[in-house]
Amino acid sequence: MGIIKVKDREGGVHELKADMGSTIMEIIRDAGLDIEAACGGCCACATCHVYITNDKIEKLNAMDDDEESMLDQAFDVEKNSRLGCQIEYTDEMDGMELTLAPQ
Amino acid sequence: MSHKTDVIIIGAGPVGLFAVFELGLLNIKCQLVDNLDKIGGQCSELYPEKPIYDIPAYPRITGQELTDKLMLQIKPFDPVFHLNQQADSIIKNEDGWQLTTSENIVIMAKCIVIAAGAGSFVPRRPPLENIHEFENKSIFYSIRDKSKFKDKKILIAGGGDSALDWTNDLASIAEVTLIHRRKEFRASPDSVSKMLELENDKKINFKLGQLTQLIGEDGNLMKVKYKNEDEEGEIETDYFLPFFGLKMELGPIANWGINLNENLIKVDTEKFETSTSTIFAIGDINTYPGKLKLILSGFHEAALMAQKCFAYCFPDKKNVFKHTTSSKDLHKKLGV
Repeated sequence: MGIIKVKDREGGVHELKADMGSTIMEIIRDAGLDIEAACGGCCACATCHVYITNDKIEKLNAMDDDEESMLDQAFDVEKNSRLGCQIEYTDEMDGMELTLAPQ
Repeated sequence: MSHKTDVIIIGAGPVGLFAVFELGLLNIKCQLVDNLDKIGGQCSELYPEKPIYDIPAYPRITGQELTDKLMLQIKPFDPVFHLNQQADSIIKNEDGWQLTTSENIVIMAKCIVIAAGAGSFVPRRPPLENIHEFENKSIFYSIRDKSKFKDKKILIAGGGDSALDWTNDLASIAEVTLIHRRKEFRASPDSVSKMLELENDKKINFKLGQLTQLIGEDGNLMKVKYKNEDEEGEIETDYFLPFFGLKMELGPIANWGINLNENLIKVDTEKFETSTSTIFAIGDINTYPGKLKLILSGFHEAALMAQKCFAYCFPDKKNVFKHTTSSKDLHKKLGV
């Protein structure tokens, strides 16, 4: 178990408890933050778009084709863009900092 | 055109389809309205090939298979579908409700069942300032008549089938630029190779990047600014066609005077009726204590909703509970 730090669209930072077995999207959604995740996490929309803003980005698996393709439907895509539903939390990500992408 | 039925179901996803079955067993006729061009809702639009593992008695079933099987199951009840249109407005009258769709189809019914999932699918709008000013004048999310694009400058954005198909199609009549954030495309390989061929022959332009600003006046677009990792630039254009897929939004239902809780419709857990009598909400669109957004839950909600609809549709009749295994009456309805 660890924490992730999520910056919302108003700039507020939330420290969320994170457990193995959940995705980043699920952790953010269950904390009640405003992440749409319209498809429920099956990589079929792009509404859980987040930016990873510290060096923990190196601990993530590389994006697969599905995720990269779905990001085509997102806007303001940056080098550190990911879909939260495609990142399963592991303890290596403890302390990861993220920002919710604009809606 | 005007129709009359017992119940209007808004949304032709799995829960809306199963509602036809539960209502049909009680002799209640249904017509369905859906903004997509196909039946099946999210199951068909978002994940037709993706397996679902929590449908009872199906250890694994894809979104499309589930839709197909539900269609087979409700075939005896002959539902009427109104696709490609949104449920726009409702008016209460003596006999029940009059619903008008975005295609001006009018349906009269005693009850309305909202099974609209996460809302209706609408084009995803790029978050660019002032985009509303240009929409339907020089920005279009779908194309009905391509003749207005003849000999014009067209900018198309996106990497999916719509973006590439229109790039390839319009290349012969207009000066087309395609912009996409990377040099890979999720469109079908045929469309991609045709587009690359056109680019190679200089019949279209390709730009790598994302859009940042729209420039023009009185709804007439002149230039669009873009950026990529190396540069910022601008593209002169008369028309802009963004194809970033579909998103879901509640739409006109939000203005029907029904009690909502953050874009979800509040219902009771006995009848799944909304704050407005004879309007029900089932599936992902509703909320109540303990709600789980599962297809399974939507099926249960459909069955209970149908019981109350029966009382509204046939106020003088008594509903005798029957099982499909044993009831000759139900067998007759199912044609078995």
